[in-house]
Amino acid sequence: MVECLRREGVNTVFGYPGATIAPFYEALAQSGIRHVLTRTEQGAGHAASGYARLSGRPGVCVATSGPGATTLFTAIATAYSDSIPMVAITGQVATNQLGRDVFQEVDTTGAVEPFTKYSFLLKSAADIGRVFKEAFHIASTGRQGPVLIDAPVDVQRERLGSDDGAGAATGDGIGTGAVGVADFIYPERADIRGYKPRYDGHALQVKRVAEAIRAAKRPLLCLGGGVFLSGAVGPARELCERASLPVVSTLMGIGLLPPGHPLYYGMLGYSGGGAANAALAGSDLLILIGARVGDRAITQPSELAGTTVVHVDIDTAEIGKNVGATIPLVGDAARVIAQLLERDLRGEWPDWIAALDALRAKERTELDTRGERPRSVDPVRFVRALSGLLPEGAVYIADVGQNQIWSAKNFCVPGGRFLTTGGMGTMGYSVPAAIGAKLACPERAVLAVCGDGAFQMSMNELATIRQLGLPIKIIVMRNGVLGMVRDLQKRAGAKEFAVDLSGSPDLGLIAAAYGLGYARAERLDGACAAARDMISCDGAFLLEIVVDPDEEN
Amino acid sequence: MKSILSVLVENRAGILARTAGLFARRGFNIESLAVGETSDPTVSRMTIVVDGDAGVIGQVEKQLNKQIDVIKVRSLDGGETIRRELALIKVAVGAQNRGQITDITAIMKANIVDLSPTTATVEIADTPERVRQLLGLLEPYGIVEMARTGMVALQSGNNGIGE
Repeated sequence: MVECLRREGVNTVFGYPGATIAPFYEALAQSGIRHVLTRTEQGAGHAASGYARLSGRPGVCVATSGPGATTLFTAIATAYSDSIPMVAITGQVATNQLGRDVFQEVDTTGAVEPFTKYSFLLKSAADIGRVFKEAFHIASTGRQGPVLIDAPVDVQRERLGSDDGAGAATGDGIGTGAVGVADFIYPERADIRGYKPRYDGHALQVKRVAEAIRAAKRPLLCLGGGVFLSGAVGPARELCERASLPVVSTLMGIGLLPPGHPLYYGMLGYSGGGAANAALAGSDLLILIGARVGDRAITQPSELAGTTVVHVDIDTAEIGKNVGATIPLVGDAARVIAQLLERDLRGEWPDWIAALDALRAKERTELDTRGERPRSVDPVRFVRALSGLLPEGAVYIADVGQNQIWSAKNFCVPGGRFLTTGGMGTMGYSVPAAIGAKLACPERAVLAVCGDGAFQMSMNELATIRQLGLPIKIIVMRNGVLGMVRDLQKRAGAKEFAVDLSGSPDLGLIAAAYGLGYARAERLDGACAAARDMISCDGAFLLEIVVDPDEEN
Repeated sequence: MKSILSVLVENRAGILARTAGLFARRGFNIESLAVGETSDPTVSRMTIVVDGDAGVIGQVEKQLNKQIDVIKVRSLDGGETIRRELALIKVAVGAQNRGQITDITAIMKANIVDLSPTTATVEIADTPERVRQLLGLLEPYGIVEMARTGMVALQSGNNGIGE
């Protein structure tokens, strides 16, 4: 198993050991592959996600059977809904004990079925090579996603012959080709007859899209996280500029166009901006690329009845699932955009652009004229100021909640990358994901921004940060409440309930306990000064800013 | 609207659970599901009868196609199809009305495959409509027990989805 990881070029895995995964760990210890011990299995999964999103390669996470596996599930489901390539390896009880409810046994493959792209239960060591090859292939191709390999402990201990003919014992379970022992075979490529992702768009459909663009009066391009996953950031920008298409993005598509780009009108949806949502409502042609447009992105699909909808996605099943598509176009975003760029896309809609510019200007004026906060930090102004302070290419990881929306709508870092979990909205994502991101890209500044609720869900990972000496910066927007839930209760006219976070610790003491630099700010100017210090300091840092619980999303 | 889907899948452990789970999770209604090996022992064919509007059927097809273990999906609604279902029906009959059951089974081209002093077990392999018709005829005598396979279907002529 470890040899498979090595052949896939894996150099870092995130995990938490235990009894049924012990043989794997014995081999891992001698492999030279870096193992990052996170403080929960969920942290390992999120770290693998952050690693995958920055490296473009499947993140690998490892857990033991039973509670190790179940704690990992939340991270796997999070990766699934955000289409993050991941290979999760779990220990399992011995094959002769399967199904007998022995110590630390759960039906792992049964449980993860709804939120993995695929899962394997290893029944024999002879299958290891094929299973790992297929797992990495499935996770990293087509619509990417997590794949789980459940490995019973006895299968991990089985001996295999070497595949190099030399019979060299590598000390990792691959033996010397003893009689009656299957050889370890690592296939060159995976060939799965039921799995042939389609990358090129159908030429006729591409032609129809080009025609629709030329015929449009009020076109709108909506970009989602799939554009990142397909490596189509450059081509998407070229498409928007060549055809002068106004662009909005989903939460997962933030940062695809450089913030401040003249054709970018912000994030659409439930928490989105006025200009973006007005653009959506007013468009006569909507081109969705790599966006599944869930209910938070397009809240009322029925209102698009009069709009021509082009839906480009590598997953056929996403097309027409949430929003009806007039022109469905199955394919990889990068390939389809390249095909579109070969065609004539000229159209003219100066009035439409002017109208959208006016809406955006109005939205910006509203932001610029926000009132001063005398006793707290305005999170909106702070994120905008912070964006200006961060070095080019910084990785900004927003957690979940109100802080996520403030971050998403005001993130503006040239060459920067915005990461968050849009599909599942898993609180506590940012800190462990930052660990993975920093390990994937040590040269980039990595910042996790979270609320005091989410921070306390993954505070345990501060130990991992300290252990690895990672210079990760963390900002906690502290308002003492679960702001998003409180806001939902308020909107529903319900009584405020179960959202009070009093009892939370002194974060200065927490920072000291984990050896992090620390500052606290109660006003915008102080917060900006502290952020400047935080960014210029060498080590890990925790900046706590005080936010009024009544701030709106 | 009822729709027949013929699905070729990898003959692997867990595929039935995966498919059934997919239907259950997404709220698709399965009317029947029959599965068996094809001429290639590594491939099984599932015949699924599903109830829903065109949008639902489209989603079912797409979600099935998305499964790694699913090799091919074909809707059998368009062209001519051969459809069959096997049913075993145990009817409460004694010596006095056994003759009537014999007549019904003969006319319906069904067979009596088991007899006891108080029951007769009828076997029919026919179109779902004919199976229903036979059931209607036998019902007045009292159906003790019944087992049905669910429908299997193939395209007629030399058409096929290939194995």
